Amino acid sequence: MNPAPSIVFFTVASGAGYGLLFWMGLLRPLGLVPGSAGFGVLAIGLALVLVMLGLLSSTAHLGRPERAWRALSQWRSSWLSREGVAAVLTFPPAGLFFIAVIGHTEWLALPAGLASAVGAAATVWCTGMIYASLKPIRQWHHPLVAPGYMLFGAFSGAALLAMLAGFWGQAAVPAAIAAVLGAGGFVLKRAYWSQVDAAPPIATMESATGLGFIGTVRPLDPPHTETNYLLREMAFRIGRVHAARLRRIASLGGFAVPAVLLALAMVSGGALAGVLAVLAATLALAGLLAERWLMFAEATHTVALYYGVDARG
Amino acid sequence: MTSLPAAQPGAKKLGLVIDLDTCVGCQACATNCKEWNTSGHMAPLPDHNPYSAGQEGVWFNRVHSYEAGDGEEGRTVHFPRSCLHCETPACVTVCPTGASYKRAEDGIVLVNTDICIGCQLCAWACPYGAREFDDDAGVMKKCTLCVDRIYNETIPEPQRQPACVTTCPANARHFGDLGDPSSAVSQLVAERGGYELMPELGYKPVNRYLPPRRAPKADAGPPRDAGPLPSQITNPLLRWVDKVLSR
Repeated sequence: MNPAPSIVFFTVASGAGYGLLFWMGLLRPLGLVPGSAGFGVLAIGLALVLVMLGLLSSTAHLGRPERAWRALSQWRSSWLSREGVAAVLTFPPAGLFFIAVIGHTEWLALPAGLASAVGAAATVWCTGMIYASLKPIRQWHHPLVAPGYMLFGAFSGAALLAMLAGFWGQAAVPAAIAAVLGAGGFVLKRAYWSQVDAAPPIATMESATGLGFIGTVRPLDPPHTETNYLLREMAFRIGRVHAARLRRIASLGGFAVPAVLLALAMVSGGALAGVLAVLAATLALAGLLAERWLMFAEATHTVALYYGVDARG
Repeated sequence: MTSLPAAQPGAKKLGLVIDLDTCVGCQACATNCKEWNTSGHMAPLPDHNPYSAGQEGVWFNRVHSYEAGDGEEGRTVHFPRSCLHCETPACVTVCPTGASYKRAEDGIVLVNTDICIGCQLCAWACPYGAREFDDDAGVMKKCTLCVDRIYNETIPEPQRQPACVTTCPANARHFGDLGDPSSAVSQLVAERGGYELMPELGYKPVNRYLPPRRAPKADAGPPRDAGPLPSQITNPLLRWVDKVLSR
């Protein structure tokens, strides 16, 4: 699948933003992150900026962005529509949370924060399900895809929260959470890769054409001599060498190294913790961009079978 | 509304039956499809660089050619690919706007290009590559089963068929109601063992493909005695007898 930069950026940025909002809504009432108005403005503000940049970026993928509001109507059947509805419904409590934190209106901050956390989790789940519900793409139609979106969003959000809390010298709790989630992300992604690599193709050229009863099927003449939308969008291929290298970058740079740095930040404390957390959050986001790019670039679509492209990928 | 209409028993399921035995791969169906639809229901169909390198455009029908099997069993099969108007089309249910829909009255899957936002999720959801994005208009386009021909009372009745069907010189394309077991297309499917593409994915395509007939088995017995050629028979009487019996 073609890794459109607008979607790669959107899913990483909004995942991190919603993750940050989730942890703020959950940890602030428990007093596990700084309770000051300044920290709240920075953390919730960064979360909302990331979410809005992501959503804006996603409209760049639309052919008719001015009609984007229409996407809110079909939540009964469409995960994309549900994602839009969940995103829109998360804004009011997040806005109230922001205001309540500035004014130290704690009776409002608690429910608004919790509602924001629920909305953030629901939105990221819908994002994951958009991909996980697409049967023609076997690497996406996999039980670890939607949980992966949740885990990676929660991880990058916690890493950002640790970074910000580090400026206040209170990185320990978010850093501990992020370290555990980073380790979890590393394990989940490795398990996912080994499973999709071992899985058989969901269809073959023989079943795609129904000609398997004659024997093996080979392409003879393509229907067109130049490229087309289907080939550009759904038969995107990357070299196996690049894929292997990018997997190492994503799993080590995106998950393992940040998890170790965050664990160190947790125990070190002080200014060093802040520096380590900044480094970890930066690495995590860069690694997630590589992970998301791969998630598209390595995915194979059954339509490629008609063009004689191996669907195993 | 992108929720699917409730399946009614005996409901009309308009679709195509494509005979892979007789298709000659002439591309006439693809050409006439383009010709009709570039001024039809989903018009226009873009064409970039039509007369130079890098030509690219939207087509609703693409004809592939394959080799299937090896040795004496092997053969060339021409394979037109277009929307199969599935009974459970995920391209419809994933649509966030309601632009993509399946008609309850005849099962045709269409796009309302006035409300499509061009998110292209439907193209990802279709395993058959039936949908192509019009980047001029910023909306998705697809086969309409020539909805603007088949009900069109301003054209003579024999022409009220999809453009690809009327133009096929090999009579390899048939149009009709596959929900009615007594229709000509349903009987053709039953008689010839028509099949669905990738049934394992569960989209329940309506269109059917008729398999290429098997070539008759070559005679496996010993070669028959060819006998002498007429010119080798010197006796005129025997040559006359041979000529009469050889008729």
